[in-house]
Formats: sequence, C-alpha cells, structure tokens
Amino acid sequence: MTDFSHVRQDFPVLKRQIHGRPLVFLDSAASSQKPTQVLDVMDAVYRTYYANVHRGAYLLSEESTTAYEDARGKVARFINAGSRSEVVFTRGATTALNMVAFGWGMDHLSAGDKIMLTMMEHHANVVPWQLVARRTGAELVYLPMDADYQLDISRLPDLLDERVKVVSFTGMSNVTGTMPPVAEIARMARDQGALVGVDVAQLITHAPIDVQKLEADFVAFSGHKMLGPTGIGGLWGRPSLLEEMEPFEGGGEMISDVQLEGSTWAPVPHKFEAGTPPIVEAIGLGAAVDYLEKIGMESVRRHGQELTGYALNRLSELPAVRVFGPADLTARGGVISFALGDVHPHDVATILDQEGIAVRAGHHCAKPLTRALGVPATVRVSFQVYNTRDDVDALVVGLQRVQEVFRVD
Amino acid sequence: MSIEELYRDVILDHNRNPRNRGTLDHPDAHAEGNNPLCGDELSLELRLDGDRVTEVAIQGQGCSISQSSASMMSQAIKGKTLEEIEAVIATFKAMMDIQASPSQAGLDPDRLGAVLGDLEALQGVRKFPVRIKCANLAWTTLEEALRSRKGEVKS
Repeated sequence: MTDFSHVRQDFPVLKRQIHGRPLVFLDSAASSQKPTQVLDVMDAVYRTYYANVHRGAYLLSEESTTAYEDARGKVARFINAGSRSEVVFTRGATTALNMVAFGWGMDHLSAGDKIMLTMMEHHANVVPWQLVARRTGAELVYLPMDADYQLDISRLPDLLDERVKVVSFTGMSNVTGTMPPVAEIARMARDQGALVGVDVAQLITHAPIDVQKLEADFVAFSGHKMLGPTGIGGLWGRPSLLEEMEPFEGGGEMISDVQLEGSTWAPVPHKFEAGTPPIVEAIGLGAAVDYLEKIGMESVRRHGQELTGYALNRLSELPAVRVFGPADLTARGGVISFALGDVHPHDVATILDQEGIAVRAGHHCAKPLTRALGVPATVRVSFQVYNTRDDVDALVVGLQRVQEVFRVD
Repeated sequence: MSIEELYRDVILDHNRNPRNRGTLDHPDAHAEGNNPLCGDELSLELRLDGDRVTEVAIQGQGCSISQSSASMMSQAIKGKTLEEIEAVIATFKAMMDIQASPSQAGLDPDRLGAVLGDLEALQGVRKFPVRIKCANLAWTTLEEALRSRKGEVKS
C-alpha cells in the first residue's frame, strides 16, 4: 500500500466537521478539494505580482505573464505535449470540447457525415456535438457498452465507416469508472480518417497521460477535478489541428491585426485565448500539476487502484449493493457507481451526509449512460489522493445506517 | 437533527406502498412534472365530478420524499372540492416555506394535522433544504394539472 497518509494534511477543508462528524469527502469526480500548495500560490499572485498578461510593458505584467506561460509549460510537460504551444487554456473541458466541435466541426462537417460518440459520455461531450450536428446536418452515432461496462469495441469495425469524420470519447467514465483502451480505439478511428478526441476530464487525475501515445488529435480537461481551481482547463491539440481550426471566440489578445473588414489571428495557442484569461487560475493549475507530479502519477494510479479494490471488496459485504462498473481494476479508475437495494440514491446521499459523508446521487450529467444502466440515478463515490481506507470504512458504516433507516435486508 | 425526523414511518410507508398509483381513462385534468436535478418524475391524472376531485392516479419514480409526498397528496385531495384543494395547497406550501417563521408558516400542529393529515410528516424536510424540491414536485404538478383544466374550461 502506497503511503498517502501525509497527503491529507495538505487539504485544509478535510479538517472540517459536518453535522458533528469529520468530513469524508467522496465526490472528487464532481470537483476535487485543493491543497494548501495551490491556495498559497494563488494567494501570492494576487498579493505580490498580479497584473494582466501579455499586455503591460512593466515588471508586474512581465512576472504575471511569465508565471502564466510557465503554468502552460507545466501542463504541457504533465501530459507530455510536444511543446507548450500545443496547450490552449480554456474555462474547462466543456469549453475545450465546444471549441473543437464548433471551431473544427462547422468547417468540416456536412449532411451525410457522422459524428461518433459513445454511450459513456458526459453531457459535455454529447451536447456540443448535437448542436453542431443540428447546424451541419451531420448524424450522431454512439458506440455501445457491453455487459461488463466496457465500450463494445467489437462493434467499431462495423460502425466506423468512411462517413465518420470525428470520433470523440471519454478516457474514463465519470459514472462507471471504466477506462476504455483509448489508443486502440483512437488508432482504428484515425485509420478510417476520422479526427479523434478524448475527454480526459476524469482520466487526467487518475492515471498518467501521455498525449503522444494516445493517438488522438485533441484532448480536453478541467483543472478543478485535478486539485486545481475552477474556471481553468485546457485543450491539447495536434499542431496541425490547432493551426487549421478557427477560433471559437473573438476578442482581445487573440489577434495579430484588426482591420475594419477583418482580422488576422495571433499564433497558436493565443488565437484561442480571447480576452483576459483566468490568469491566477492558470497559475493555480500549474501548482496543482506540480503537486501531482511530486506525488507521481504512477503512485496516484496505484493508490486509486488499491482504494478502488478495497472499496469494491467492502461494498460486496453488503448484499443489497449492486455496483455498475467493471470488476477488473486494470480497466477502471477510482469512481464507483452503485445502487443500494431499492433505496433511491438521493435518500442514500441525505443519510450519508448526516454522517459527514459527501457522495453524489443522480445521473452525473450522463443521462444516456444511466438510462442504459436501467436506473434513474445511482450513488457515486469517487476517490482522490487524499482518500483513505478509513473513508471507505466510514462509507460502509454509513450505508449500514441507510439500510437501518430504510429497513433494507 | 436526527435522520429519523426526516424519514418518519409514515413517509417510509407511503414510499413503500404508494396510494392511488396508476392511470385513468380520459382524465379530466393531467400534468407531468420532473425535477431535472435529481431525475424525479411524476405523472398526475385527475377525474372531476363538477368541482370535486373524485379520482387521482399517479405514476412516477424518484426518491422517498417526492414519491411519498405524491402519495400523501393524492389521499389529501381525493374527494375534496377545488376550493378545499386550494386550501390544502396553500397550507402545504406554507409548511415548506423555509423563509417563513414557523408561526407564519402556519405550523400549528393541530391545524396542520386537520388540513394536511399524513402530510404533516413532511415538515422534517424543512431542515433539509436541498430536499424541499423533492417534496414540492407533486404539488407543482398538481397546480399545473389544475391550471390545464382551467384552461380547457376557458377555451
């Protein structure tokens, strides 16, 4: 067992009492908590060198710009991008996916073309494509899920015809925890000539990511799920894609020249960063990346696997628990969805909250998937570096309490 | 605040054995409600004889609070006139209004019991603000069903 006990002390919020009990935070897949190392860095920006970036010819602006661009460099190294200019800062994964769906899709899709998604997508990787499909006349096709909560890649050769122009799919499901074989799917899609994108909003904080091995053309992620602040995330794109893609937003800082009739764009990645960016948030994300790298993403992955294995074992002690997700720990990450008898997930979450345990209940912004699971909602627990076996034990005690209240056998 | 104050026996009973479940042929009023946040869904059908609700039929799925609230509501309105039902709705809404003080909210136990019957068991929800929406779903759906009927009368 990797020793992560020291990690908890870095997260001030974990000292809180909730309804008179110590907080057990099991909803990091929605948004993670932040370590002091991130909070301090952000505080220091505002207190000591804050100014707008890429604009002022004075020292503060220079310092802010350097820190902002250094943060880009850290993110680029974290995902093993070829260069920092391949990383566009965005508001989060949702914006990154919209940028490609609109910036690339509007110019490259037309009636008769197909957009391939999967049954496991978060709404952020469904709705932008639906919007673009509606405007371009392209059709949506969905790769189904098999009985073991994996993407059914045996269907790919059949579904991937020459009309499929883009394939966008999740690197790790935020509901079942499933980690599909990204490179394998991406390779097949690329061989067919499709543009390939991966939503790594969950994956990026659960396993090491090397964009050069993913075989994808773009990936999208959010900072707030990986110990960073809200309002910042990113799009990694192959240089050729970023070069040809139209900007999604226009405004200041993204132009090279503006004439009355039209403008020319600033070089990549700045042409995608219109307006004053979330400067402090970007620098905070850089600090989050530093923090994760210090632990080491291989260790993070091991810790997540160990904790998930432990949790699945402990949950199996409760006969009323039904887990929706792969049993194979190598094919999944630290997100577990389940049902507890016929108790509605919201009732489970309310009772757990009274015990100080924060879990998510609902459809997790993945309605097609929850529908495919045959349930209106699930209870979801998700792990981060600060979670321990004690948290899992508290969860099991909490679930026993739910069973008492609802008289589940 | 103990969890048993929220999940009282009467609520668990209505959740487990919901009353007036089903559908009506050619209902006089109907509405569908849902709570996008939690996925609670409800379909409500009413049969009227003059201004009296003679039958209520409910279908839906959701948490114990939304489903028991619907079940108890169906009992509370069945056999009542529209005017009497308006009074029940007003009392229930007052009970769920956490902005109001208990006395403003009409939380006089005698009065609540007389007007709401089993429904008074839902007052515990006041202490769990995120769940108030669940308790209210059946009632907003009822109001919508009554409005739809009024609309029909006008046209």
